[in-house]
Amino acid sequence: MAGFDIDRVAHLARLALTDAERQTFGAQLETIVAYVDKIAELDVEGLPATLHGHAVNNIFREDVPVEGLPTAVALANAPARVEDEIRMPRVVE
Amino acid sequence: MDLKGLTIAGALAGLRSGAFSSVELTRALLEAMEASQGTIHAYVTIDGAGALAQAEAADRRRAAGEDLPLLGVPIAIKDNMNVTGQPCTASSRILEGYTAPYDATVIAKLRAAGAVFLGRTNMDEFALGSTTQTSGFGPTENPVARGCIPGGSSGGSAAAVGGDLALAALGSDTGGSIRQPASHCGIVGVKPTYGRVSRYGIVACASSLDQVGPMTKTVEDAALLMNVLSGKDPMDATSLDEPVPDYTQAWAGADPEKPLAGMTLGIPAEYFGEGLDPEVAALTERAKARAEALGAALRPVSLPHAGYGIPTYYICMTAEVSANLARFDGVRYGMRAPCEDVTEQYKRTRAEGFGAEVKRRVLLGTFVLSSGYYDAYYNRAQKVRTLIRRDFEAAFAQCDLLLAPVTPEPAWPLGVYQDDPIRNYLSDVLTVGVNLAGCCALSLPAGTTAAGKPVGVQLIGPNFGEMALFRAAKALELPRA
Amino acid sequence: MDYEVVIGLETHVQLKTATKMFCGCGTSFGASPNSHVCPVCLGYPGALPTMNREAIRYTVMAGLMLGCKIAQYAKFDRKNYFYPDSSKDYQITQLDYPLCLGGGVEIAGEGGARKTVRIHHIHLEEDVGKLTHRAGCSGVDFNRAGTPLMEIVSQPDLRSADEAIAYLTALREMMIYAGVSECNLEEGNMRSDVNVSLRPRGQEAYGTKVEIKNMNTFSGIHAALLFEIARQKAALDAGRAIVQETRRWDTEAFETFPMRSKENADDYRYFPEPDLMPIVLSAEQIAEWAKGLPEAPAKRRERMVAQYGIPEYDAGVLSADRALADFFEATAQRCGNGKLASNWVMAEVLALTAKRGVALGDSALTPEALGDLLKLLEAKTINGPTAKALLPELFEKGGDPAAIVKERGLGQVSDTGAVEAFVDAALAANPKVVADFKAGKQAALGFLVGQVMKQSKGKASPQLVQELLRKKLA
Repeated sequence: MAGFDIDRVAHLARLALTDAERQTFGAQLETIVAYVDKIAELDVEGLPATLHGHAVNNIFREDVPVEGLPTAVALANAPARVEDEIRMPRVVE
Repeated sequence: MDLKGLTIAGALAGLRSGAFSSVELTRALLEAMEASQGTIHAYVTIDGAGALAQAEAADRRRAAGEDLPLLGVPIAIKDNMNVTGQPCTASSRILEGYTAPYDATVIAKLRAAGAVFLGRTNMDEFALGSTTQTSGFGPTENPVARGCIPGGSSGGSAAAVGGDLALAALGSDTGGSIRQPASHCGIVGVKPTYGRVSRYGIVACASSLDQVGPMTKTVEDAALLMNVLSGKDPMDATSLDEPVPDYTQAWAGADPEKPLAGMTLGIPAEYFGEGLDPEVAALTERAKARAEALGAALRPVSLPHAGYGIPTYYICMTAEVSANLARFDGVRYGMRAPCEDVTEQYKRTRAEGFGAEVKRRVLLGTFVLSSGYYDAYYNRAQKVRTLIRRDFEAAFAQCDLLLAPVTPEPAWPLGVYQDDPIRNYLSDVLTVGVNLAGCCALSLPAGTTAAGKPVGVQLIGPNFGEMALFRAAKALELPRA
Repeated sequence: MDYEVVIGLETHVQLKTATKMFCGCGTSFGASPNSHVCPVCLGYPGALPTMNREAIRYTVMAGLMLGCKIAQYAKFDRKNYFYPDSSKDYQITQLDYPLCLGGGVEIAGEGGARKTVRIHHIHLEEDVGKLTHRAGCSGVDFNRAGTPLMEIVSQPDLRSADEAIAYLTALREMMIYAGVSECNLEEGNMRSDVNVSLRPRGQEAYGTKVEIKNMNTFSGIHAALLFEIARQKAALDAGRAIVQETRRWDTEAFETFPMRSKENADDYRYFPEPDLMPIVLSAEQIAEWAKGLPEAPAKRRERMVAQYGIPEYDAGVLSADRALADFFEATAQRCGNGKLASNWVMAEVLALTAKRGVALGDSALTPEALGDLLKLLEAKTINGPTAKALLPELFEKGGDPAAIVKERGLGQVSDTGAVEAFVDAALAANPKVVADFKAGKQAALGFLVGQVMKQSKGKASPQLVQELLRKKLA
């Protein structure tokens, strides 16, 4: 299907692809997209979307603090830390 | 006594009567589990020490006079559910190193019911697949149909239960991931109504489609587990405030000769199309005949948009997956491929951490949400979803439950169809409709093929129709070998 | 070329709820990094968001305060993008069904005429974490991640930097009044993205707009706008086109600079948030919440001027704080004299709160007590100095002024004979001062008044004292 720009989509998804992957995935995804295009056959004029498996509204939580994770636990899983922050490469704004 | 061959009900009876202890039961399973890891490989992580400690504690509590719905019963957990202090990889390398700091709600419920956690079962990576072959830690083999896939994505859980490597297991179902492996491994699997069971703490696949459910040897065991798992959870805004009945009473008072008297089972024409394997078709016909003999009225119904289920599913599901898997970025937990540049780091980490199927689905999901394509794909698919949902609602106006096959063909050999994504996707054709509509379904063994491969049959019920599901399933249940 | 300046503002207001928007972590400023976090706001695998009801209520209140229509149906959406301060690599926000629509803020526009700056909509979203840039790396703190942010989007109705500040000032005041945010600019409670463009006067089509992101202080926004307007004017005059871009304001260089361009940054792939259910607010619920809404500050000022006959300046000072305005009005109603009440509250009472370092609300002074005190003063039952002397006691300990005056015999002495006796006594005791006065030293009179007051133990009517002294010294 025209329009499947694998490089653009891979960038949006932050996936680095090898050349081989660009080829293989590109071809496979074009086939898959052509297949899912099938839904274009149906007339969906005026139909509401089904966003959830059911339809309830106003599911709220009261504004009462609940204990979270201690800092040590929160940082225990971090691949890299700097003091009490999670360490990342220098971000340039 | 073959302790590992017990059901939950049988184990509870023995534990209560003192015939054996939870420690003995757990040990028997652990031995079998370790022995089978090289062949069946149902587990990603076996927590022998933890399980025995829980079993000992359960025995002590029982000796002190306590009893709980699952006290001392060893259960396996699919590797996408957070258990405090345990790894939780969703069978992905990108989560290597992650230790869960909290319990999923269903885990907390099992704990409160006294269950023993044997270990974490193998799955398709991030629940994306129907064969468990996309696991980042190697495939799982079907313990009954040897040399074949166990199905997926809850293939490890199905293999554990089917191979007597756990008394029961938890699985998750997004497009058939409990029901299909249950069918392939000859066990019972339940996909509850969307919102029946909490998703909090389950690694999200497709948020509007996922449900956690029991995978067991018997219908009674599944009902027992559903009693413990069900209920509204304040931590999951999509869980519903429906009362939880005692599912083990679903078949109470049924006429022993005609337990399905008064029940109408709809037979959806579109699920019996030409692609159905002849042996699957035959076994399903036998189930239909049994149902009639047990007093059910059969009625043809139609799900006119069934043919659009797969494309709709692969658009809605991949879209949600692409957003749900964005958090696996090497920043806060799991694997990181360190780089000097932030964007490079994201791309490298995800390239190295994700397998091919995950990448394909993330790319597809990103595409169907992207600017210029959202309307034609995601937006449109959500409307087609309405048509599919209405098909089920209309069908249930004419019958109590639907009866259908679970999967078009029995388990196929490991290693086959690996490179054919669409072929794999099409095998979900009989299961995805239920997830898109949100209703409940149960897969139960219907016999085996001539080659000995298990084949299941599926009962589908309306929203919160699990009682009817269990009643019918109990009646149709075949005696265990 | 005469250009018209067109400015629109997107203002993010941090709501002062007890917990974050989608989890039960406490909101707080200045806590040690990653100490107010949980699996949800850290974006851990399996975590799910749950909507803070209070944040919804605050947003509805703010919307009502600003004259918005509250949406009958609202929902949340995911805005997908990768950034280290985003714990899920998507932000939960509202795209096409926000909570509040329309509305406006009245300001004094260019030339002094009042104008309404229209609001496009108000929506709710979650804040992101905080990045700290260090040598060779950046650190991320997720304490702020998940804080409820109300985004107020204006129409491009502003025409100058001054108008922009007037708008923000009025907006801030209303948010504080409504009780939904502290709006502490230094703590970043209120940040704005500023959009500015120029078009030849008379032209309908908008010029190319430039966005200056994430500004806190009003002085910064004002300076940045002045710079940017001048920059764009210079460019257009020289025949150069304006590049549509995002710039940042450098507080040291005092200039705006283009930010690093994020290629393909704009495709956020919005879709409805599947983990949250929609918000459908009934008219009854909105009416219930509306009951808690205070009068808008500008309206209150207008009414106070009309109702109590006080000058606009007084109304401005008194309404700076909702509690102070309440106190003033209760006092004015009690004593029946608006101007007297306003003088006393602005001068004496505020001076006392400053001197003692005690807030009015923490003192024992009630509007009833102050009102009664002022009634006694107006009736000339006590004199000014007595009233002033009693105030600190009422502030510290409270009490009933009428009873105190009666008990301690503090009533003003206005009997001419009695006062005359005090005057005579003071004159007799200070012959030198009397001589100085008669020799032309005017200041000596003041001293003598003081002496008479002392003789009377402060109770003599000061006016009578003055009168009698002048007569006797003539």
